[in-house]
Amino acid sequence: MNLMAEAILAALPSWFDPLLGILLIPLGAAAILALLPGYRVSAGVNIAASLISLACAATMLIARPQSHAFLIVDDFNIVFILLNTFIAFTTSVFSASYIAHELETGRLTAWHLRFYHAMFQLMMFGMNLALAANNIGLMWVAVELATLTTVLMVGIYRTHEALEAAWKYFILGSVGIALALFGTILVYLAARPVVGEGLDAMVWTTLVAHANGLDPSLLNIAFVFLLLGYGTKVGLAPLHAWLPDAHAESPTPISAVLSGLLLNVALYALLRFKILLAANSAAIAPGPLLIGLGLLSLIFAGFMLYRRRDIKRMFAYSSIEHMGIIVFAFGMAGPLGNLAGLLQMTMHSLTKSAIFFTVGHISQVKGTQRMADMGGLTTSHPFLGWLLVAGVAAIAGLPPFGVFTSEFLIVTTTFARAPWLAVLFVFGLLLAFGALLLRLTDVAFGEVKGPAGPVSASYLPAVAHLTLVLAAGIWLPPRLVAWFEHVAAMLG
Amino acid sequence: MNGIAFDISHMLAGFLVLLSFLMLYQVRLLPLLNVLAAHAFVLAMSVAWQAHTQDAPHLYITAAIALGFKAILVPMVLRRMVVRMGIHREIETVVGIGLTMLAGMALVALSLEVMLPLTAKAEPVVREDIALALSVVLIGLLMMVTRRNAVSQVVGFMSLENGINLAATGARGMPLVVEISVAFSVLIAFIVIGIFLFRIREQFDTVDVGVLDTFRGGLR
Repeated sequence: MNLMAEAILAALPSWFDPLLGILLIPLGAAAILALLPGYRVSAGVNIAASLISLACAATMLIARPQSHAFLIVDDFNIVFILLNTFIAFTTSVFSASYIAHELETGRLTAWHLRFYHAMFQLMMFGMNLALAANNIGLMWVAVELATLTTVLMVGIYRTHEALEAAWKYFILGSVGIALALFGTILVYLAARPVVGEGLDAMVWTTLVAHANGLDPSLLNIAFVFLLLGYGTKVGLAPLHAWLPDAHAESPTPISAVLSGLLLNVALYALLRFKILLAANSAAIAPGPLLIGLGLLSLIFAGFMLYRRRDIKRMFAYSSIEHMGIIVFAFGMAGPLGNLAGLLQMTMHSLTKSAIFFTVGHISQVKGTQRMADMGGLTTSHPFLGWLLVAGVAAIAGLPPFGVFTSEFLIVTTTFARAPWLAVLFVFGLLLAFGALLLRLTDVAFGEVKGPAGPVSASYLPAVAHLTLVLAAGIWLPPRLVAWFEHVAAMLG
Repeated sequence: MNGIAFDISHMLAGFLVLLSFLMLYQVRLLPLLNVLAAHAFVLAMSVAWQAHTQDAPHLYITAAIALGFKAILVPMVLRRMVVRMGIHREIETVVGIGLTMLAGMALVALSLEVMLPLTAKAEPVVREDIALALSVVLIGLLMMVTRRNAVSQVVGFMSLENGINLAATGARGMPLVVEISVAFSVLIAFIVIGIFLFRIREQFDTVDVGVLDTFRGGLR
């Protein structure tokens, strides 16, 4: 293993900087894709650019790039960068087969696709930048960029519903990031007397190094704004209104990226500030706030799941539910809570995007997103049907999938420390479990409804994701566990 | 910072809050856009004053953006759009004006109550600028909540954003302020182009956002 790593390192030219790679490759690809006509070539370039970004991210595991005032790679974000580039790659593979069908049915034109591909890479640039930013101002700008590009993608079908979804997402997202900026300014104000004026007072590593000197009361109020601001983008319960519409109306590859990546990026930004608060001994513990919002999201989404008629909308509510679980876990904190939260974030990303890949093909085959108009999938399209069953089993937290492991960890740590919270938490889990099972039986089993024609799908992305989730549920490599434990300790 | 410089920056920030109240009160769209232009103009003055007193020439760029883009260009474009859509005579009220004004006053009291003790250690100009900026932000939010018209929601968002700009320039020596104001301008341009390009009027027959809400219910 080490020999191989050294061999790879030796083969890399000296000017190679993977950190710039994951930023400049998507940016350059976006420029090229904006100019390229012909969707086949574009889809190919899109896949290639995503693959090269993934390769760049993978080399960071071997030789970690130097951090500086603007960009950073540390134990915390390296796995999210890797996850981000990996899901971007699998989504680009899925997207190639998905958009071919959209072009055939005339929902999208060639011009739309040119725009779509360029925006896809620009969005990846924004998300990678947000994850790698060492400056809290830069991180904010990157999250804004990712928001803007996704707004354009949500509205791409130009139907009444799509425009409505895009507008709602736009307005709520803008208010969210505006509040997050106010919080960022307050963090700067807290840091200025200690660190001094200028750029240094916004560099995250400097902030953490001086965390104990920062004014705790300013830090507290800043965190409230950051929680409301980035929390809107995470989709936490009272601020979630944009999320179901955006997921339901956007092209399915974008739904997959929204759920799998963008929510994580916003949560990651919030967690960076949580580390800052944890490092300051006089600041409030953010735990109760996070636990409250997390439980509210979980239970609210659990109830809402029962009333869904649209399959993509249902899984969007499931994303709100899972974000609630994750935020709850980070609110419980402690080594075990944080570890479970990190694991759940990873598992949810992989599983939910796999589900959206499957749902995308299903709704194309059936020509609708209404669950009442589809049924008996395991009979009519066995592979798609069973893939959906596996995905739903995984997201509902059934063993032996990875989601089960992390949810089990959360339940045990909560029972040990706050039993009555655990009761509420388990109630929320069972609520969502019941709803998912109820809907799944109609869609996957029972009599066949809707067209039963052949399907030209790319199964590989979904299968790869679910295999990883299954593998994580059965055996987590000790190195990975040690790494997760280390980051959990950082989160305090 | 000496007496008169302090007073001027204070006065400009206070004026911004006053204009925010004027927005809450204004129910016709064209006068509302005038208030928006005035709001952005006062912000530009305030930022330019900060650039002068802090000896930070890069802030003049932010001031120029506020003046050219937000005080002149955007209100002009919005005005043309409102006239072309034929909604300039419409009057909109969702919640009563008196109630909204009272809520606005409560928000100002809240932000002073929250921010002043927190920033007790900071220099006076910063602490009051931040408190007033938070008032502007909260009133902007209030406006977005109480109005149903897409154009007035945009106006609410822009006033909110002006408040954030005030806070960012008031925080002495804050880096990336220019970059952030550019990023916000891009955002606003997107919103305005969004209204125009998506031709909300054509698609929905009205820019009343209440009409857009047909699909939110539980039936989907």
